[in-house]
Amino acid sequence: MEVGTGKVHRVAGPVVQATGLKSHMYDLVLVGEEGLMSEVIGIAGDKHVIQVYEDTAGVKPGEPVKETGAPLVAQLGPGILTSIYDGIQRPLPKLVEASGNFISRGLFVDGIDHKKKWEFEPVAKKGDKLEPGQTIGTVQEQLLIKHKIMMPPDKRGTVKEIKSGNFTVEETICVLEDGTELPMIQYWPVRRARPSRSKEAPSIPLRTGQRVIDGFFSLAKGGTAAIPGGFGTGKTVMQQTLSKWSDVDIVVYVGCGERGNEMADLLHEFPELVDPRTDRPLMERSIVYANTSNMPVAAREASIYTGITTGEYYRDMGYDVMMTADSTSRWAEAMRELSSRLEEMPGEEGYPAYLGARLADFYERSGRVTTLEGTEGSVSIVGAVSPPGGDFTEPVTQNTLRITKVFWALDSKLTQRRHFPSINWLDSYSLYDLTLEPWFVENVSPDWNKNKRRAMSILQENAELEEIVMLVGSDALPEDQQLTLEVARMIINFWLAQSAFHPVDTFCPYKKQFDLLAAILQFRDHAFEALARGVPTDVILGTPSKDALAKVRLLEDYEPELEKVRAQMESEFKTMS
Amino acid sequence: MTKEYKTINEIKGPLLFVEKTEPVGYNELVEIRTETGEMKRGQVLDTSNEIVVVQVFEGTGGLGKESSVKFTGDVIKMPLSPDIIGRVLSGSGLPRDGGPPIVPDVSKDIAGAAINPAAREKPRAFIQTGISTIDGTNTLVRGQKLPIFSGAGLPHNDVALQIARQAKALGEAESFAVVFCAMGITNEEAQHFMADFERTGALERAVVFLNLADDPAVERLLTPQLGLTTAEYLAFDLDMHVLVIYTDMTNYCEAMRQMGAAREEVPGRRGYPGYMYTTLAIQYERAGIITGKNGSITQFPILTMPGDDITHPIPDLSGYITEGQLIVSRELHRKGIYPPIDIRPSLSRLMNSGIGAGHTREDHRAVSDQLYAYYAEGCDLRGLVAIVGKEALSERDRLVLEFADAFEQKFVNQGRDEDRSIFDTLDIGWNLLQALPETMLTRIDDHLIKKYHPRYRKKE
Repeated sequence: MEVGTGKVHRVAGPVVQATGLKSHMYDLVLVGEEGLMSEVIGIAGDKHVIQVYEDTAGVKPGEPVKETGAPLVAQLGPGILTSIYDGIQRPLPKLVEASGNFISRGLFVDGIDHKKKWEFEPVAKKGDKLEPGQTIGTVQEQLLIKHKIMMPPDKRGTVKEIKSGNFTVEETICVLEDGTELPMIQYWPVRRARPSRSKEAPSIPLRTGQRVIDGFFSLAKGGTAAIPGGFGTGKTVMQQTLSKWSDVDIVVYVGCGERGNEMADLLHEFPELVDPRTDRPLMERSIVYANTSNMPVAAREASIYTGITTGEYYRDMGYDVMMTADSTSRWAEAMRELSSRLEEMPGEEGYPAYLGARLADFYERSGRVTTLEGTEGSVSIVGAVSPPGGDFTEPVTQNTLRITKVFWALDSKLTQRRHFPSINWLDSYSLYDLTLEPWFVENVSPDWNKNKRRAMSILQENAELEEIVMLVGSDALPEDQQLTLEVARMIINFWLAQSAFHPVDTFCPYKKQFDLLAAILQFRDHAFEALARGVPTDVILGTPSKDALAKVRLLEDYEPELEKVRAQMESEFKTMS
Repeated sequence: MTKEYKTINEIKGPLLFVEKTEPVGYNELVEIRTETGEMKRGQVLDTSNEIVVVQVFEGTGGLGKESSVKFTGDVIKMPLSPDIIGRVLSGSGLPRDGGPPIVPDVSKDIAGAAINPAAREKPRAFIQTGISTIDGTNTLVRGQKLPIFSGAGLPHNDVALQIARQAKALGEAESFAVVFCAMGITNEEAQHFMADFERTGALERAVVFLNLADDPAVERLLTPQLGLTTAEYLAFDLDMHVLVIYTDMTNYCEAMRQMGAAREEVPGRRGYPGYMYTTLAIQYERAGIITGKNGSITQFPILTMPGDDITHPIPDLSGYITEGQLIVSRELHRKGIYPPIDIRPSLSRLMNSGIGAGHTREDHRAVSDQLYAYYAEGCDLRGLVAIVGKEALSERDRLVLEFADAFEQKFVNQGRDEDRSIFDTLDIGWNLLQALPETMLTRIDDHLIKKYHPRYRKKE
């Protein structure tokens, strides 16, 4: 494509107008003598409206604007994993090398190293007909992650020549009959979803090993969840636990408009986290984007798209990916700012009217898919929202809750009571309940959802009773209600509470989750049956097996012990009078 | 080379509209000369081939169509040298103390670039302010930005001064250099600050920027940038630990709103411009520590919440950028307690990294949690007492209620010149907890109780 040059006409903050361009909407252009990275966001008459990802101080009318002929793209290829990027995929450590401790302007750094050589192992053979998305070969990117080099989604052809050995990402590894030379690197416009063959139903749960999530509010692979990111809610521990224990292959973390010191903390600590399942650094299967609140606002707006694009790329290789966006409220804030610079008519609370549409577009890029090649992969999104003043009726939270299917209501009151994970069991919800049921029936137990509902209704009743207790004290309650309170307490303390720091308790497999809850419900049935026989409540509540039940979750090989406790329970209740 | 233009087409509020210029750079520094020869300075806000919009820092009074405008071709820079310490400057950086202009060693662009998150060091060095409600329960660390949210008529300035006076790293005699930025404060307040700086000798290690209430509002937009550029120079060029206090952020944001309105921008929440979040973030995020540098920047922005409303856009947006906040409470102030910091809504997000064994003392977290828990419970009980009377309380509740009162009197309350060490603060906490039965100390591990509880310590 012919690449032209225009001229700056007007500069006002991060928004620049230019004349003489032929660029299309969302094309990348380089503004001024310094070549500041920018994007076309509007065309009016002979003028292009451009948002600049960097500070525009000193830019003058008349300076050149260079076209690139392409939109903002992510560089996709081996070397993405372990990277720490800013919002437009510039590796932050490389920026330190290039410009020191402060980020200066006009720097262009490749998203992946173009000099490093990777060992390419061909899969396709000469004469093979390759369809879009089909694997050409593989690279062992990390010890445990094999990187598939795929046909770009818009290319097909017959292999004329395929190489093997060590190459940089730019060197040709495959030549097609029509003469197309394919390197390992691909470029993909970040604002466009990468294609897949079809989207699958969210019918497989994303296992997190956390009882309150898997058991009550489970997320499906390819699903979307929202968490409120207020302070003191245990968000950080929760995110780390999810990154560590979820059965996903790749973790993408996007720190969007967050605090610099907090990002520094994350950047120091994340590389030290060890993947408990493989004993390898968690960073080997992670990608981090850090665009703090003082970095240019347009790059913050772009960071969410850059993040999801790299996520989709690994999905296309057949991996399960989890993306955490922290926080989408800061992202919306960036949209609001740019919208006001463009003098658009504001919607609710100054947010642009397209806020809901943009949020929906983003969350819709999640999903479990059949890839172009026919394998299965998924991108799940966990988005944090930080409502101002904790007010959940504000537009970003409301629009997010309309789209996401799961809400984990992190609750600072629970944190203060040292109840972890601090997910409020009354306010949270998961709409994947029914779509996931067949999976649980087939793989864990036919009673999975039934027990879940029983436990939930006990907790609901408990909440109502607690209000009465606040007024009159628990002694004034009838005996059956006192029992309900106690059973609820068992569910809360023995089952919902889970220690992220206990070596065994930090991860709880499905079977164990189910067995533990079933045992508590079994206790409940025995207790009520005994009460009907006329056994006094304090005798029932003094049952030794009840306390024994509390310890079972801390055992790795819990089944023999649980068997013992259940047998003990049976005999205790039999002889109780 | 630089031409002077006499092509002012329009003057509106603080803005000049200049026509028929050569290409002018965005954010460029502008010099304006009135017909009488008076010099003013301004900055380019919007530039195009047809018209250039300039905001004038010293106000547009005295300017007319005959005034001449010179574009300097450079952005605004702050002249810096070690001699700047001890100086009093105006809100736009000119000497205000009658001293000579600053002869610069270096000149730095005041816009300041963002610190690369990968070059940041995690803040973890404890700062002792000598104020129990800060050190004990909302601990400050070097490199943090911790605003004081206050209301009109509350003694936030005294708190800020006390912090400036007393702040030091534990075990180090060296104190902080202070950069003080006043934005739109009254002459009286300014005198109060200056008198205190002089009385305590703090001025010798301070740089003061004064923009008073009757100085042009536009100038205020420059003040924190100048202050922070100076702070960065002191911290990262001269290896000093710098404490930046700016008051009052609310005036700064008002000025931003005023400029937004003058430029006929589409207003955001409550008329404040949509870019206020980013503008605030750019100031606040200039706090921190850089890997490999010895200095640090710690920020104490003060803002008065209009109508004591914490959901107002200014405190709200600030709270999302800063690492916590200290809330000055009208209720405590009315009770005659100084400093009237309400620990319940106050918070220091970086507290955990700066306390405990190796930083302060191993029991710090536990004592703080326990004090916090019973003070919060005691305050809730006050509401109940108002309805049912003290007699209806259980023995335990009565103890908690009394604890809350004692906490305010002994822990929160302290003298304006009282400089408590962190160990004093923790011991005051223990003495208060002593009034409660040991079984009630559920947040504190047994071995810490055995080690620090006054009952066991006396036996030693």
